[in-house]
Amino acid sequence: MYEQAPPFRGACFLNERVVMTDQVSSVGDIRADYMAQVRRKRMMDGIILVVFIALMVTGFVIADDRNAGGFWDGLHRFFDFPKEVLSEAIEKIGELPANLLKFLPSLMETINIAAASTLIGAMLGMMFSLLSTRGMAKWPRLIPLFRRVMDIMRAMPEIVIALVLIFIMGGGPVPAMIAIAFHTAGALGKLFSEVNENASLKPVEGLQSVGASWSQRMWLGVIPQVAPNYFSYALLRFEINIRASAILGFVGAGGIGYELRNAMSWGKGQYDDAMAIFLLLFLTIVAVDQLSSVVRERLTDGKTQKVPS
Amino acid sequence: MTILANETDLLKVEADRLFGRKKLTSFGLPAIVIAYLTYIFFAFDIAGLTQRFEVDNARALVADSYSYKTHIARDNRTGEIRAAIEGERKGTYPNGTAPEWVTLGDTETVIDLDDGHVVTFGADNFVSYDVPGYGLITAQPSRAKGVQAVLPTDETPEWINASKNRMTITTDAGRLTITRNRTEVFRYFTGWELFFFTLDSPYSGLSVGEVFSRALGGEHAAIWQDFWTNKMWRHQDVAWAISETILMAFLGTMGAAIVALPLAFLAAKNFSPFMVVRQVTRRFFDFFRGVDALIWTIVLSRAFGPGPLTGALAILITDTGSFGKMFSEALENVDGKQIEGIQSTGAKPIQRYRFGVIPQITPILLSQILYYLESNTRSATIIGAITGGGIGLMLTQAMITQKDWEEVTYYIVLIILMVMAMDWFSGWLRRKLISGNESGH
Repeated sequence: MYEQAPPFRGACFLNERVVMTDQVSSVGDIRADYMAQVRRKRMMDGIILVVFIALMVTGFVIADDRNAGGFWDGLHRFFDFPKEVLSEAIEKIGELPANLLKFLPSLMETINIAAASTLIGAMLGMMFSLLSTRGMAKWPRLIPLFRRVMDIMRAMPEIVIALVLIFIMGGGPVPAMIAIAFHTAGALGKLFSEVNENASLKPVEGLQSVGASWSQRMWLGVIPQVAPNYFSYALLRFEINIRASAILGFVGAGGIGYELRNAMSWGKGQYDDAMAIFLLLFLTIVAVDQLSSVVRERLTDGKTQKVPS
Repeated sequence: MTILANETDLLKVEADRLFGRKKLTSFGLPAIVIAYLTYIFFAFDIAGLTQRFEVDNARALVADSYSYKTHIARDNRTGEIRAAIEGERKGTYPNGTAPEWVTLGDTETVIDLDDGHVVTFGADNFVSYDVPGYGLITAQPSRAKGVQAVLPTDETPEWINASKNRMTITTDAGRLTITRNRTEVFRYFTGWELFFFTLDSPYSGLSVGEVFSRALGGEHAAIWQDFWTNKMWRHQDVAWAISETILMAFLGTMGAAIVALPLAFLAAKNFSPFMVVRQVTRRFFDFFRGVDALIWTIVLSRAFGPGPLTGALAILITDTGSFGKMFSEALENVDGKQIEGIQSTGAKPIQRYRFGVIPQITPILLSQILYYLESNTRSATIIGAITGGGIGLMLTQAMITQKDWEEVTYYIVLIILMVMAMDWFSGWLRRKLISGNESGH
């Protein structure tokens, strides 16, 4: 029931034991030493746990304090809004199919935003990843530069770019598309370059020996090796981007999020619309989620797939 | 021999088919991509974008993000002259004072715009602007007769926009606008104005060295107070907002992990013997994940009002679904031998989990949790913008005014730095915790 002995220290003790076989007290020493170690480790674990709990509790208290409504006051109201929406939707259940149909075009727009931005982001990310992988980069000296650029693109929340672009070019799907593509390029670029690092460089060298240009080497030597993994990551990203494009719609970038905000701002009387939108969004996300996991499994069958991290 | 020939023929046919398929994919896939992008081009009306593109907004945004302007304005009805940075009340100079490039006089106020450009406010609302290389422009605005501008040349150059009741002169040095009721001069400067101290602070306008020597002289508390409560840049509020955003991400991620871990045991094949329980738990996870964070945010903000708690709970609920799914997958891949070993020593179920299972999945769990912590910092910014809390809210507020673009730039820089710092921190912690576990420290 003791915690596992740390293997490294254990190895040291073994050596000591070999040296001190003839000393009777050595076993007792080892045991005492081991117990002390276990106690120390347990104490450290305990301290970390206490600090963690303290952080969670104070964090919760602070968040509760700075919130407009308190947690305990609001808790019993949690189901009020869903109940309101549901009861109104059930009342007008006959209109649901018509409503679902009504919002289908805006759902299509949301999906299109996600798909286009994933596509553009993946192409940009591919470029960045090839330019920032050792052994493949066109300009090896610029690898750190491209990596930092990807870091910044990744760190940029979509909403920041979207809001600025909405100010410049008005509402609509294009700001959302650019914003999501920008972030996607950074995020996929990092994942792609991890894939690239595991690709064999032999085809690249072979192509180089027959005088292929950089783009030919990449397109014919690297891409065929990494395409399944790229595709699997891009699918995962597509799933994330559908959520993102729904959220951006909510701040004015078109699509189903925009319709949702309108339905919500009307308040009572339009909750059947809100319900239809909730349903559409939910079904889309679940469908894409299931579809992408099936496709990804088939793409990487046999091969163990890494969790995106 | 004939059989052999047949075999090679078959091989050739097969190879041809393989190559044909390869050709199809290598030409077909780009064709599909191009076709889709063309469809998007028309569906999103990208051609019409050039008309919708507001160049003025873009220019104002870019110029404002790295420069500021000081307004010197005279009310032509009362004759009162006020100097204000960005024309804001928070940046107004106290009455009777002005920046050093403005000479306030009893009858005449001289405004030096540099490079020889001089604007003079004379008596009885008289205004003159000496533009080097062009000449002296004068105006005598009055309520009855309009601006009454006099130009040195007969032809009006394109940088002067003059009508009966309004004249605007835009030069590299600044801008002069004259209407019947108001005469206003803008002078542009590079930088972020009053970033450290506002004008009502005694430390405004002092050099860095002077502020430091005063701080060492015992005024550090007052200096910090003036900086911290700067009304223009609101450093205190910004610091709070950033910590609120990080708090949302932290509470949401860790809360989700705490809730998801026991539930994951119920959803894992090798720990939960009842099919029904497993299926129900899994559908719960799918539901929490499928109802997007956006919808959770809306539902929660109805119950709890806007604020960091709502954001934290929205992240918590969505991520409970994600974590539950990932944790249960990790649990299904656990090695049974270690658990059997613990069991053989007579351990009770809780002890079997604690010492047989948890050590195996900890590295996977930790790396996923820390990855989500970083990505949730970004989500918290976005959720904050919707539901009102943290730096996301400050950003949207600054954007709504449509003129504080220097503040918008400041917040964007802070957000990027915050996310990158969290990225670095979670990576550092991951390396420290996980590699630490492996080498036994």
